[in-house]
Amino acid sequence: MEFLSELIFWCFVVLTVGSAAVVVFHSRIIYSAFALLFTFVGVGALYLYLSADFLAASQLLIYVGAILTLIIFGVFLTTKVMSIDLPEQSHQRFLALIPITLIGIVILWVILQTPWAVNPAEAAPTTKELGRLLMSRYLVPFELASVLLLAALIGAMRLARYFKMEE
Amino acid sequence: MHDLNVYLFISGALFLLGLLAVITRKNAVSVLMGIELILNSAGLNFVAFSHFSTGNLSGQAAALFVIIVAAAEAAVALAVFLNIYRLKGTSEVNKVNILQG
Amino acid sequence: MFGLITYVLLAPLAAFAIIIFFGKRLPRGGDWVSLIGIWSGLAISLYLFFTRVLGNYDPSYVMELESFNWVSWGDFSLRIGFLIDNMAIVMMVVVTLISSLVFLYSVGYMHGDPKYSRFFAFLSLFAFSMLGVILADNLLIIFVFWELVGLSSYLLIGFWHEKDSAADAGKKAFITNRIGDAGMLIGILIVFTTLGTLNLHEVAAGVTAGKLTGVLLTVAGLCLFCGAIGKSAQFPLHVWLPDAMEGPTPVSALIHAATMVAAGVYLTARIFVILSFDASLLIAYIGGFTAIFAATIAVAQYDIKRVLAYSTLSQLGYMVMALGVGSYMAGFFHLVTHAMFKACLFLGSGSIIHALHYALHHVHSDADAQDMRNMGGLRKLMPLTFGTFLIATLSLSGVPFFSGFLSKDAILGGTLAFWMMHPTHWLLPIFGFSAAILTAFYMFRLIYMTFTGTFRPGPEAEKEVHESPWTMTFPLVTLATLSIFIFFSLNPFSPADGWFATLFPNPPRAYETVAIHADAVPVEITNEHHSEAVGAEGGTVPAAEEHDKTDPIVHPVEHHNAHHDVHHKAHTRAMIISILMATIGILIATGGYFWKSKKLDPAVWQKRLGVLYQGMFNKWWADEIYHATVINGTILLAKILGWFDLYIIDGIVNGVAWLSRVFAVIDGWFDNNIVDGLVNLTAWFVGIWGRFVRLFQGGQLQRYILYTLIVVGLFIIMKVV
Repeated sequence: MEFLSELIFWCFVVLTVGSAAVVVFHSRIIYSAFALLFTFVGVGALYLYLSADFLAASQLLIYVGAILTLIIFGVFLTTKVMSIDLPEQSHQRFLALIPITLIGIVILWVILQTPWAVNPAEAAPTTKELGRLLMSRYLVPFELASVLLLAALIGAMRLARYFKMEE
Repeated sequence: MHDLNVYLFISGALFLLGLLAVITRKNAVSVLMGIELILNSAGLNFVAFSHFSTGNLSGQAAALFVIIVAAAEAAVALAVFLNIYRLKGTSEVNKVNILQG
Repeated sequence: MFGLITYVLLAPLAAFAIIIFFGKRLPRGGDWVSLIGIWSGLAISLYLFFTRVLGNYDPSYVMELESFNWVSWGDFSLRIGFLIDNMAIVMMVVVTLISSLVFLYSVGYMHGDPKYSRFFAFLSLFAFSMLGVILADNLLIIFVFWELVGLSSYLLIGFWHEKDSAADAGKKAFITNRIGDAGMLIGILIVFTTLGTLNLHEVAAGVTAGKLTGVLLTVAGLCLFCGAIGKSAQFPLHVWLPDAMEGPTPVSALIHAATMVAAGVYLTARIFVILSFDASLLIAYIGGFTAIFAATIAVAQYDIKRVLAYSTLSQLGYMVMALGVGSYMAGFFHLVTHAMFKACLFLGSGSIIHALHYALHHVHSDADAQDMRNMGGLRKLMPLTFGTFLIATLSLSGVPFFSGFLSKDAILGGTLAFWMMHPTHWLLPIFGFSAAILTAFYMFRLIYMTFTGTFRPGPEAEKEVHESPWTMTFPLVTLATLSIFIFFSLNPFSPADGWFATLFPNPPRAYETVAIHADAVPVEITNEHHSEAVGAEGGTVPAAEEHDKTDPIVHPVEHHNAHHDVHHKAHTRAMIISILMATIGILIATGGYFWKSKKLDPAVWQKRLGVLYQGMFNKWWADEIYHATVINGTILLAKILGWFDLYIIDGIVNGVAWLSRVFAVIDGWFDNNIVDGLVNLTAWFVGIWGRFVRLFQGGQLQRYILYTLIVVGLFIIMKVV
């Protein structure tokens, strides 16, 4: 049982990182978009392993349900998907290795060097507690987030419509 | 069950991949995907610390806000891309170089 | 108290927000919202002024209010709050008073403008940021509001941005200010790295305790003063102020005469205690030079607003010079009195322009409504404008019984005393006194050209010239009334016994208290404002330092009595000389422009002065010089780099390619694979090199991200290793 759970965990890890790699390296954008789906699902699954049940559900709902849909629409609206002769999708890969290596070293070093505080939480359902936090301690950010969403909604509509009216 | 470091490595890998996408991808939508990867890695970090280090739910709340901001950002970004596409006839970031000196 | 101050600060901001969002829906474009905001602010400021400043009558009144943690990282925290003292409250009164009068004036002046409502929004934003600069207790917060002031000034100068000249003037003001602000930021960083705090009092205490000394202190003071050079338009960066007259006239009165440009002087006064002797000296010379330099330009201008603009420059130079020679009270005093009469002058010129514009428009003449050659004889047509304008002019020229006499006399006295202490700096009083002659001359030249003689555009237009509505004349009358001596001192010849001089004693400067025995400090303060002719008190400070170096325990009381005579003498002499100077200036102007004496005919003198006149008329070619040096220099550098890119880099690339081709041809028979490899390597190298030199201005966002990341990564690694 323990072994099985371990196996499933590592499957998710591979799924997450592997599909993220596909997102980055695949030369056809529509494949990238679909690979992103698996990354999101994988991260959601990792949230479950971290006993963040509500967050995992939100991840699936918002990322997969909303953001990914938006992205796929974006792909459809801005690229000629059906054209077979797709141009090379990446550039300056070689140069990009420099900062990626540098920052990778920094991240690795930080992770290995820092003595992280250890204070594990009990695995318990979080939804109720999270709701309480959002309504008390994080009330202001929560309300601000709602305003932000509204502003983004209006802004996006306005931006997208603007050109039609000019044409 | 697993160590904190495992999650940090995963999120580090996601972050680097996202960074790579932001730097190297030509298509604006791909760049956006890279940003989503970075945001996901941040969220994962928050939740991992919340689980292993702080022992409370602040990290999860932060991750939730990350998701919210990501949603708003994706909507606005796509609207901007749409406009660029209409204006320039391309969605490739490297062709939009009005900033060139 | 805290609530009241917060209200004064935030009311204009609220007015700005309301007008910018709902302005078009509100009746009358929402001008009443901003009027309510600023007038209630004025009421509260006056209340505070009467209870805390006059009611309290304590020179060392200081109150720090409710500082709270804005940011804290580790053991560093940034606290922000209000610093309330006599100076802040007096400045609050000045700013809210002038603002409220200008707001009222704008109701008449901007009537019918298509962007009427937005104008009031910007004015309110300006009032908010200016009050922020005044009230902040912390250099960083001052800097933040400082930038906001710059922004609102940019918006207001370029208010009529359909006109290219206005849009350009706005940009010029903003960019020129940025140059000064960069220096100010460096100063703030120096202060922060050495003292670890930005709170004004803690900074002063830190410097007094000797934590920041020597050259670094001088550099820090001068860097902070750079911000003042930009905002107060002192000599090297003065070019933006005359162009800023492209903005609507109420803006010129509010921002570019009374408040924003005074912010630089205010900042200098705020950092007065930490200025080292060398820094003060340089500041004094910059101020003195600006005073005389701008005055010579003002003499030869014909645009009424430009004359006033250069006059403002010159008077700001006076204030800065006063602070430089240590006459703290005189500098700040002149700031306050100048704000009143210069705002009055600007509003008066606005009233003239407004009337003339209407009249010229009516007779379909396209003559320039701001050119004094198109004016004349307005005395009878606009009596109220004339009366107030005359009072303000007398005050500015330094005629006794007006406020300007008191403050200018204090400055000149301070300069003279400084010279008596340090005989090598004889140039400073000369700057001061000759600028005084010029001031009286160009102001009366303006009066005669505008108000006397005949109305030059002709009798037809003359019928259409009317006095302005009450919203415009009321501020004029108020400001002119406040230019009379009685509001500042009961004695018309000396400000020494007035409330102003009593409440603003010279604060002990850090460089001198570091040297003197610590106990001496309080004695010195009390002694100073009891026994001294205040106009000259600044001069003691450097002297005190020099004497105390040899004998640090000398008791300051004796030491002050010894110098008391010098100051008294300096003050009396300065008064006599300055009255003389004003009379000379007025007489020359009267001779040349009113009596039309042959000997003083302006046309003759213009020829006689030759190049000198050309210099004055062309603003000493400052703009041209900047264009030739700074702007063309930049373009030239760009061209050189372009040439380098085109010939040298491409030459290298081509040369390498050529070389490798020759190499390939020679070695082709030897081993195709090796040669191919070498050629590819070279080509690859050339490609990388060519790409590298092209990289930096690709205009591609992702490239820029890449550079940023590389640098960030390197920084972190360097920090760690």
